[in-house]
Amino acid sequence: MSITIRRVKLLILALILTLSVAGCATITASHPPEVPAMHTVSEFKDDDYVVRIADPWEGFNRRMYKFNYNLDKYFFNPVVSGYEFITPTFVQTGVTNFYNNVGEVRTLYNSLFQAKVKKSLLTLGRFVTNSTIGIGGLFDPATSFGLERQKEDFGQTLRVWGVGSGPYLVLPILGPNTVRSASGFAVDAGIRYAIISAIDPFENIKGKDGIEVGISTLEAIDMRHKESFRYYGSGDPFEYYMVRFIYSEKSEFLNKK
Amino acid sequence: MKNMRFLIIAFLILLPTVSRAADDSYGYPIPDSYAATILGTPDQLKPELTKEVPVKKLVLDLIPNLNKPDIFFYDDGLHFSLALQKQKAPLVFLIPGTGSNDTTPRLLSLIKVLYNSGYHVITLPNPTHPNFIISGSHSHVPGDLTEDAADIYWAMENVWNKVKGDIEVSDFYLVGYSLGGTEAAFVAKLDEERKTFNFHKVLMINPAVSLFNSVSRIEGLLDKIPGGPRRIGVFFNKIVAKFAEFHRTGDFIDINDEVLFEAYKADLLNKDEAGGLIGLTFRINSAGMIFASDMMTNSGYVVPKNKALGNSDSVHDYFWVCLHLSFLDYFNEYFFPYFQKMRPGLTKEALIDSLSLKSIEGYLKSSSKFGVMTNENEFILAPGELDYLRQLFGDRTKVYPRGGHLGNMEYRDNMAFIVGFLKK
Repeated sequence: MSITIRRVKLLILALILTLSVAGCATITASHPPEVPAMHTVSEFKDDDYVVRIADPWEGFNRRMYKFNYNLDKYFFNPVVSGYEFITPTFVQTGVTNFYNNVGEVRTLYNSLFQAKVKKSLLTLGRFVTNSTIGIGGLFDPATSFGLERQKEDFGQTLRVWGVGSGPYLVLPILGPNTVRSASGFAVDAGIRYAIISAIDPFENIKGKDGIEVGISTLEAIDMRHKESFRYYGSGDPFEYYMVRFIYSEKSEFLNKK
Repeated sequence: MKNMRFLIIAFLILLPTVSRAADDSYGYPIPDSYAATILGTPDQLKPELTKEVPVKKLVLDLIPNLNKPDIFFYDDGLHFSLALQKQKAPLVFLIPGTGSNDTTPRLLSLIKVLYNSGYHVITLPNPTHPNFIISGSHSHVPGDLTEDAADIYWAMENVWNKVKGDIEVSDFYLVGYSLGGTEAAFVAKLDEERKTFNFHKVLMINPAVSLFNSVSRIEGLLDKIPGGPRRIGVFFNKIVAKFAEFHRTGDFIDINDEVLFEAYKADLLNKDEAGGLIGLTFRINSAGMIFASDMMTNSGYVVPKNKALGNSDSVHDYFWVCLHLSFLDYFNEYFFPYFQKMRPGLTKEALIDSLSLKSIEGYLKSSSKFGVMTNENEFILAPGELDYLRQLFGDRTKVYPRGGHLGNMEYRDNMAFIVGFLKK
């Protein structure tokens, strides 16, 4: 691994530390004694809970939730607004298309892992079409030809293979996950790294590390640009549970396909 | 998060009885009042808008020396949304409904239509939204129309002071929907004394006449679910399972409006289930309201008094408790005692009466600036209340044949009426 990449990692680490420390700087004053509330949860234990996902690490998850909020506030939001301000909309669309096209590779091998023939062919068709007619993926003619974009990842492959979802897990940057989806993400990242190393597209180019870092950074910006979700954006004190519910239901619904 | 409540509903849905085009000239397609309320207006029936709307956010610190519990660390002041014209234009203040803020798609539609019609638009959260309870309300106890109107007015004056150097305004207008519509009447009354804005026109969209009646009627929808309101968890799980099954067997790729309308056409839910869903959505909103208010006042209603809650503490038990408390519980155990302490001698009946348009009907009758838009099958109105509105506002009352509660607000005829009323 090169010096440039290491430097970026250090920078991220420093950022994480700064933000975490900022979160700890609360003053603990002495509090008057607690008085029990008029209503307690024991009154309503006879109703069924609406939870379909285990969350034994809620304390950690809530800290990560706040961490991501700060990361957005001090890093992603300003960077993404800057990006949206300086780049014309068609360039933004091109960037999104490009990364979507790179993502087809992930969908392709995972569809194959899951023995989904139709999805594999569709995805292969999209990848070939957009890489050629779509000029390296900058445009998405495949969709207008009726080839709808499919999405598969290794987390879903694990599910098809019978691996349970595991507990809810909020990750830095990536946000809501389960242990299964997080593991899947790691595997996909590993496979991608292996593919890129094998092809080595920038082999003989000077400053190739810089280019690779640039590409990854732009990908992160594009990811945040596409996502309208804002941590604590609803202003509802119970947002954490609603997001958890929606995440678990959504993946449950969509994974059934 | 933009569409969270919508998504929650989306996971749930849908609805009784297929629509047979009713025999009148009004083109809003959904006859059932609950279905209309949940589904709203299909995209292709909304007005086409040409101009992109530059919505800006503004956060203002309005309450000096605000003592905020750690758990609300993210609440940095009252959140306004502004869409301002470059040239001189009339300005509309918008007040959304119960528990809503500017992440509500319905409010965003209204902003877009008004901006496209040439108005400056400024919105703020409803006083029952946690952000308003924490950072906009002086008492932190929402629901009293007179006090909430004073807080709204204070917020409007502050935001106006902030922007008046940058824009040119010809006239001021006020529009509110649902609870926000009822509040608009009280804000307008206050404006007659304070005269900061001298509102030219005030439009109330699907307002409640009496808060107590309307909320009781919405709560009553939960009486019809199996086991009643104490079994909302069971009910919710059942609806989600139904929807999941529908989604699985249908040929759907995503979860979106299309799935909802298909579910509706397939009669996935019966009338009681659809009503229960509306009642439940109301409870989800009121849960956040009760918790935020209790934390801010340290009253020990659902959270132990003096309890220090931090960001990483689980609040799930409080969520569960708040979801199961009815509006009547809140009113009798928290709201009324609070105001009784403030105003010795206050009776429940007097408090209920004050939470109604009837308490200011003399003023409302005497002023020609008001208009009302609502529906024949608006279920938040008690028997007789629709006639009362007609009596009070005469030919400035526009009643559409269907649309339930706000279901048709985004329909193009309705949007055209809103703009037309302000322009008249």
